[in-house]
Amino acid sequence: MFGYYLDLALRSLKRNKVLTALMVIAIAVGIGASMTTLTVMRLLSGDPIPARSAHLFYAQIDPDPTPGDRKEPYDVIDYQSAVDLWSAHRADRQALIIESPVRMRAPDVNLPAMMPTMASITADFFSMFDVPFQYGNGWTAEDDTRRAQVAVISADLNQKLFGGANSVGRTLRLRDTDVRIIGVLKPWRPSPLFYMVAGAHYANGDTADLYSKTQDIFTPFFTGLELNDGNFSQYTCWHLPDHPGHLRNSPCVWVRLWVQLGDGSKVVAYKQFLDGYAAQQKVLGRIARPQNTRLRSLMQWLDYEGVVPSDVRLQTWLAFAFLAICLFNTIGLLLAKFLRRGGEIGVRRALGATRGAVFAQCLVEAGMVGLIGGIVGWMLALAGLWMVRQQSVPYADLAHLDAPMFLLTFALAIAASLLAGVLPALRASRLPLGLQLKTL
Amino acid sequence: MEIRPIFASLRKHRIPALLIVLEIALACAVLCNAVFMISQRVNDIRLPSAIDEQGLVAVTLRGTDDKLVGSDIPRNLAALRGIAGVQQAAVTSSLPLSTNNWGWSFGVNADSVIANQKNINVSLYFIGENGDKALGLHVLHGRFFNADELADSKFDTAPLPETHAVVMTRAAAENFWPGQSALGKTIYSKPYYYTVVGVVEDVLRPNVSTTNTRKSYDAVYFPMSAAGSKGALSYYILRGAPQDRDRIMREAEQKLAELNPGAVAKGQIYVDIREKYFADMSSMAWMLVLVCVVMLAVTAFGIVGLTSFWVGQRRRQIGIRRAVGATRRHIMQYFQTENLLLTTAGVVIGMGLAFGINVYLMQHYEMSRMPWYYLPGGALALWLLGQASVFGPAQKAASVPPVVATRSV
Repeated sequence: MFGYYLDLALRSLKRNKVLTALMVIAIAVGIGASMTTLTVMRLLSGDPIPARSAHLFYAQIDPDPTPGDRKEPYDVIDYQSAVDLWSAHRADRQALIIESPVRMRAPDVNLPAMMPTMASITADFFSMFDVPFQYGNGWTAEDDTRRAQVAVISADLNQKLFGGANSVGRTLRLRDTDVRIIGVLKPWRPSPLFYMVAGAHYANGDTADLYSKTQDIFTPFFTGLELNDGNFSQYTCWHLPDHPGHLRNSPCVWVRLWVQLGDGSKVVAYKQFLDGYAAQQKVLGRIARPQNTRLRSLMQWLDYEGVVPSDVRLQTWLAFAFLAICLFNTIGLLLAKFLRRGGEIGVRRALGATRGAVFAQCLVEAGMVGLIGGIVGWMLALAGLWMVRQQSVPYADLAHLDAPMFLLTFALAIAASLLAGVLPALRASRLPLGLQLKTL
Repeated sequence: MEIRPIFASLRKHRIPALLIVLEIALACAVLCNAVFMISQRVNDIRLPSAIDEQGLVAVTLRGTDDKLVGSDIPRNLAALRGIAGVQQAAVTSSLPLSTNNWGWSFGVNADSVIANQKNINVSLYFIGENGDKALGLHVLHGRFFNADELADSKFDTAPLPETHAVVMTRAAAENFWPGQSALGKTIYSKPYYYTVVGVVEDVLRPNVSTTNTRKSYDAVYFPMSAAGSKGALSYYILRGAPQDRDRIMREAEQKLAELNPGAVAKGQIYVDIREKYFADMSSMAWMLVLVCVVMLAVTAFGIVGLTSFWVGQRRRQIGIRRAVGATRRHIMQYFQTENLLLTTAGVVIGMGLAFGINVYLMQHYEMSRMPWYYLPGGALALWLLGQASVFGPAQKAASVPPVVATRSV
């Protein structure tokens, strides 16, 4: 029966080509627009590190000694708290992160000096965040404490400097210090660059920069601090630092602390440890609000910060309003089409077709429109994503249609057209029989 | 024109009529808000800034040695002035819309500290000799920095310079001292204080607030000597004729790279800096334009399709009306009036919806209130669209010959 309905549907669609084309275009445009924005939305709101995110936590305390009733701590912490918490080693793994622009040259490569961004991090960073290595490895906890002059570089930088060859063992000059490359990353593009996210909730939704690429150079935390002293910038300060750019022991917040905690009891224990540390610092008179400690999981932190750019959320709303308009349009046109065939339907009913059969036949026709609309819509979505890639936004290179979204395109197209078809099909199957036959 | 028969016939086609009304309502709501968003973004992209944007070239020189800048900067500037077509060259710490912001907050009372809630946050520009001429600043009141102020200002250990003279934009002056002259007045951030010696026409900050353009111009200029600049003066700005700017940019970048082999020189013409800053915004605006156009087209096609169907369905009635004396004009008017009624119902709902969406966006997306005239504007656009798209099918209806009435009865 289904095959017969398909045949009927094709015939009917061919009979009135203009109307069919209008319906297909309406569905296709609506699907194309909503799939483009949905794909971008999914890329930007997804879990940047699905295998690990449940065990990663962002630790905050409020190191500001100024009295006041601020409810939330600053987004990042000060040097002393960061190093105290890190060296207590109470979590399974822990990483301190700071970044700074650094002047860089490769002495044996004939390229002008560059100013890439350097992340200075502690050893656990690589294992904690599952960072993939192409060549070599990260460093050890011992390298952290003895300030080893080593570095790990990104795949991008390795390509730029060494043409993608194994550069482990070669030398980079960072400002005035020579460091030895001990590792090269595989292309690694977490979206967003979750471990750097901070301050986004003040950005009024202008958060596209959180989706930029990783830093090009990674050095051990204390090594980086030493070799690029004076070039660090603070998140904020509660009074003037004595030496700008030199932030150790300054009244400023600027360090990020991430911890990995294996299970729920460890999370509770770590939160208690944080609270205990804050209470102790309050007794020492260093901080004013010991209650302002936070331990958010990675996804909670991204949610709190509101990382998805508001332009992208707006576009998604807009695309769905647009799909709704296209659907209203299709309902109207399908209604016109089915009711026009009142005579034909009357004959089928008179020959014994049930209302259900007529309803099914009409829905098959609607689904067919959806399928063709889906194919065209898929092509429009590809074109839309191509347009997104041409924009100068940091996440442009990420915008591709993957397999689940490809399938969703067709599912959405057919679901939308069936939804649009229900009402017209219902009306068509309930046409009064006699009246239709009489007008033939 | 009698409209009762139209109502009677619409009552028989309640669902298609309702669909058209809903489609028009939604289109009207989206159109009003989208056009409003476009206009806001266009306003932002065009925010004026009183510098010579067309002739300006900027070369950043980063990674220099702080101990040598005192002699390097004058040498570099002398070399840059030697490039053909360069009228003026100077150094500064940042440029409007460069995203390289150095912010600080000041108060107007002697006891203001940086963390005071009442303070006004401003962007700091540190600028060397001839900086006003290189940028093309317009001094409105007072004067720009004199040679002594420029030579004496330096960074010691603190992030604010050791000087006491500043020049601020008109907007900043108005925000600090509403309705008063700023000249001779002092801004404080304990233990630092600075006296205003001049007010310049509004210059944008390195980052502008798209929600509050009143704050986009709060910028303060500080004098800065090359020797005491500690690497802060990393923007070399050159002014020339607009047609020379690309060549000047390339030559300046090359010259600075040659003179400073350890540092990183990168040149840009200023119009590119502005374009890059607003690139997201302009692509969003273009996307909104595209959505509006396609949405209106889809709505128009929907009206054409459904009206054509109605015309086909009513061929016999039209024939009878024509046979009993209705003119072609009457038939045309019938369909045009029908469309007008449907569109009117649609835009009435649509204007309410548009207002509701605007209120929602204001709460969740830092949007401002839509001026009232967008609503009738959107309504007018949809009326016109409705009439334009009904014209074809209505003409087809009018051409139905009266003889149809006599057939197949």
